[in-house]
Amino acid sequence: MINRTEYLSKVYPLADGFTIAAYEREVDGYAMAKKVLSSMTKEQVIDEAKKANIRGRGGAGFPMGLKWSFMRPHPTKPAYLVVNADEGEPGTHKDRTIMERNPHAVVEGCIIGCYAIGAHAAYIYVRDELHLSKARLWAAINEAKAKGYLGKNPFGTDYEVEVYVHTGAGAYICGEETSLLNSLEGRRGEPRLKPPFPAQVGAFGCPTTVNNLETIAIVPTALKLGGEEFSKLSALHGMNDGGTRLFGVNGHVKKPGVWELAVGVTLRELIYDLAGGVTGDKPLFAIIPGGSSTPVLRAEELVHAPDEKSPLHPWHGQSVLDVPLGVETMRGLGTALGTCCVTVMAEGTCPVTAMHNLMQFYKHESCGQCTPCREGSAWLSRTVEKILDGRGTMEDIDTLADVANNIMGNTICAFGEGTAMPALGFLKKFRKDFEAYVRGEKTRKTHSRLAVEADASVTAHAAE
Amino acid sequence: MAFALTPERDRELGEILGRYPTKMGACIPMLHLCQEQNGWISDEIILYVAEKLTIPAAHVKGVVTFYTLFNQKPVGKHQVWVCRTLPCALRGADAILHHCEKKLGIHAGETTADGKITLRTAECLASCGTAPMIQVDKDYHENLTTERVDQILAKLQA
Repeated sequence: MINRTEYLSKVYPLADGFTIAAYEREVDGYAMAKKVLSSMTKEQVIDEAKKANIRGRGGAGFPMGLKWSFMRPHPTKPAYLVVNADEGEPGTHKDRTIMERNPHAVVEGCIIGCYAIGAHAAYIYVRDELHLSKARLWAAINEAKAKGYLGKNPFGTDYEVEVYVHTGAGAYICGEETSLLNSLEGRRGEPRLKPPFPAQVGAFGCPTTVNNLETIAIVPTALKLGGEEFSKLSALHGMNDGGTRLFGVNGHVKKPGVWELAVGVTLRELIYDLAGGVTGDKPLFAIIPGGSSTPVLRAEELVHAPDEKSPLHPWHGQSVLDVPLGVETMRGLGTALGTCCVTVMAEGTCPVTAMHNLMQFYKHESCGQCTPCREGSAWLSRTVEKILDGRGTMEDIDTLADVANNIMGNTICAFGEGTAMPALGFLKKFRKDFEAYVRGEKTRKTHSRLAVEADASVTAHAAE
Repeated sequence: MAFALTPERDRELGEILGRYPTKMGACIPMLHLCQEQNGWISDEIILYVAEKLTIPAAHVKGVVTFYTLFNQKPVGKHQVWVCRTLPCALRGADAILHHCEKKLGIHAGETTADGKITLRTAECLASCGTAPMIQVDKDYHENLTTERVDQILAKLQA
């Protein structure tokens, strides 16, 4: 069901939407932060956050209120809130819209978040390439400071809050929370072993909560509506997957973009109703539901959930395109909701070439700390290349699966799974295409295409 | 002459140092400042950063070699990054890259003979909904056509 909302995106189209004036005028901005700091206890805030059923928007879908509740005051060390805006998962283009067009929602979310977890400083980790995002966030921080909403005495209270923007320097791995913390501390962005978890030993050795930027930005809305009311906006409230979030569509569609919607929209609605359908009205071929690390779905797949206890049972026998997008529903389909930004591929796209493109990405971005990931990602990339070049054997296809399976579970961080899962997805769903390359029925010259022909009906639109 | 930040950038460094509980925290932002001034991170800069932040030069070198955006050798005056990752590739990034290579007469990873432009491929720049795209220095250029690319490159070459 398409239920468009405007909590985050109301100010998006306004010329001055990123200013504090627009944020206060249009959505009564900072009223919630003021209320929280002056009249609520941190337990009340965390309780509302739990009721809001906000699943982490960065990809893992961890319940955000629960994460906040892991923070315990330390006798000597301060606590930190760290906001992950390292947006780098291929196919993900949502956090940028918030930073550029509604940065004050992030700042207000930081104030509330700091208060809830007992922190007095928040670091927003933005990937360095996003220069406009950084500038908008700094401007928002300075505006809020000038108004007395940040600093020693925000809103006249004595709960000090400072917010800083920190930049990376081009490394996908820094979107992984412990790697991000190392990068924040001025180190190589190599992930840390867990435990200890960041809530015990995080930034600068202190208790830390790391939240995705969209997760933090929706906090003022969730509290304003009341946790339960916010959660109920979602069609998947019953699966503890609440509220509204940003949905992106990219790839072979007529109108790529980002929309703010209640949770529960389906792939079909996103692709055909919001993104205008497939480029050139071609048949839909495949979908990557939430960033390149989420396994691919074929367009003609049907839901197989005969067990009445399965969360997917209500959609048994229906097209995967008609399942509401949620953390549990996508997990049930053997993939993941991830970052909620869908990559669409039209008929004519070569899945072997698509996998090669992604494996090159993982090979480039593996931090190199763990051998299975460092060597495995390069091996995957080389082997797919060999198959594409017509030098592959049937054994190579099995080698791909073998290498991927040997990365899974053998690395310090989830990057390993993030590489292996999509690789295994492509192999499982498109094995015939790999075999066709080995047999010489398909070749790089005749079939290795990713871009479908430009079509008069293709119009690229900025995020709405 | 030994490397030193300009007085203005040195003031900015002072502000940056105030944001972190440790001096090392300023390592990446400081390297950005140095690169902004010098174009790339030389061994001299590594020693300068190490001394200022009182951390080992080996640590700074480790950081520099880890991150894609730190140039370990001199580069052109302008940086052109063409996103090559899947969502852009689905919308014609390959054609955009080939077009750039042809127009500039260099391959990705190289710098034009006049030292003006370094062309490189980038991994996903979070612009998938407005693909294909290139980044030129600090600016994103989105929803590209080859005609738009011509205009952008012409400006840089002028």
